[in-house]
Amino acid sequence: MTEWSIIWEARGAFLNGALNTLILFILSVLAAFAIGCFTVYLLEARNALSTVLRWAINLMRMLPFLVLAYLLYYGLPSLGVKPSAWGAGLVALAIYHAAYFAEILRGARIVLPAGQIEAAKAHGFRSARLYWRIILPQLVIRTRPLLGNQLIYALKDTAFLTIITVQELTAAANSVQATYFIPTEAFIVVIALYWVISICLELALKWAGRFGAKRGFEHA
Amino acid sequence: MPEVPAVQIDSLSKSFDGVEVLRDISLTVNKGEVVSVLGSSGSGKSTLLRCINWLEEPDRGVIHIAGERIGVDAHGKRMNNRDLAAIRARTGMVFQSFNLWPHLTVLQNVMESPVQVKRMRKDEARAIAEALLEKVGMEHKADAYPYTLSGGQKQRVAIARALAMSPEVILFDEPTSALDPERVGEVLTVMKNLSSEGYTMIVVTHEMEFARAVSDQVVFLEKGLLIEKSAPEKFFTNPETERVRKFLELSA
Ligand SMILES: Nc1ncnc2c1ncn2[C@@H]1O[C@H](COP(=O)(O)OP(=O)(O)OP(=O)(O)O)[C@@H](O)[C@H]1O
Ligand SMILES: [Mg+2]
Repeated sequence: MTEWSIIWEARGAFLNGALNTLILFILSVLAAFAIGCFTVYLLEARNALSTVLRWAINLMRMLPFLVLAYLLYYGLPSLGVKPSAWGAGLVALAIYHAAYFAEILRGARIVLPAGQIEAAKAHGFRSARLYWRIILPQLVIRTRPLLGNQLIYALKDTAFLTIITVQELTAAANSVQATYFIPTEAFIVVIALYWVISICLELALKWAGRFGAKRGFEHA
Repeated sequence: MPEVPAVQIDSLSKSFDGVEVLRDISLTVNKGEVVSVLGSSGSGKSTLLRCINWLEEPDRGVIHIAGERIGVDAHGKRMNNRDLAAIRARTGMVFQSFNLWPHLTVLQNVMESPVQVKRMRKDEARAIAEALLEKVGMEHKADAYPYTLSGGQKQRVAIARALAMSPEVILFDEPTSALDPERVGEVLTVMKNLSSEGYTMIVVTHEMEFARAVSDQVVFLEKGLLIEKSAPEKFFTNPETERVRKFLELSA
């Protein structure tokens, strides 16, 4: 049997791993984006909470992702919570990237022209509606390239979860190569699959970019 | 009993970093009146407008919008944000730099406040917005995004956006100052039409002809003091103060 036919025989494991990676990725970035947006909303108020949140964002960004995953998976049981590897991985991805999303949006918030916000206030807008209808859409359009990059990082970070025993794509490749001792082929397949996902992501981002270009944001 | 004024300002004062920018300003604007505010750069014109809708918080003084006090509640405390927003929704503002919302189309810009702030039904807001865009001559650009418009067109949309809230008063802060000279006329024409339709307007402007032709009162600010308040004919032909005489000479 050649190496490639072994890989073909193990296609079920790869597909299963890829599916797991995709689900983890999609769920975690959706959660991360939502948390990020909400965090930036909370930062609009200048109070104790917003100070704490700013610290939390900075601390999170200084933490290597793997350490956070370890902390949740091995640390939480000592608090009486025993997460599954999958659950711990999902939560780690979500809050880690939420901090980055928040930081990206916050950067754009700082340079958002004040006049538009004054115009909204002058028309009777306040806090929540002002943020969700006027501020946030512009932050997202303006930071689209950075948000897109962050999605790619989030995709790649899913691979770390193999270390806390999540059965995602990298874990699948690792178990195939360890069983049959064909690391090169196994990892070539994995790289190809990550690339396929990334390319789909790029295409989706390009498509989303037209949304901004139509509104004259392409230079922002 | 006389009608409640659209805007009543009593003894308004405002400082920035210890410098008094507005000093004891009082001004009554009746419904349907157009008041032009003139004065040299830095005299406090923008600050006055921004105090009226509480974008700047005055240090002293009382401001009523259609009989309702803005910024301070019945107990003399700072008004909560909900009530403040509710009063602001009854004023409109048009800015020198337009400040349209770039992520929304022209039509959406005009519909946004009625739908989001007044909770108006979308089809109703759309009908109102379409009628207002027609009034300002912008109905053909309803589905365009703001960045595709000229300055004059943006400003006309901004006016429609302000009108959509059926405000008690519209505050204009140098609405034509950022425009190319050949675009000024189209905006002034719209504003003239509004005045003849009976809208209440306070207009900070350097357009003397407009002020003279359209205003019911002209007021002049000098270093934060309201030094002259007259009917336009008197203001432009026979001003009371030497300062205004000089100002008119220089801008003639
Ligand atoms: N937010 C602020 N902080 C500090 N100083 C301010 C602020 N806003 C205005 N000022 C100062 O208050 C004074 C009056 O400003 P204002 O903008 O009201 O003048 P203006 O009459 O509108 O002038 P212009 O014709 O240039 O628009 C100026 O000296 C200005 O520098
Ligand atoms: Mg000004």
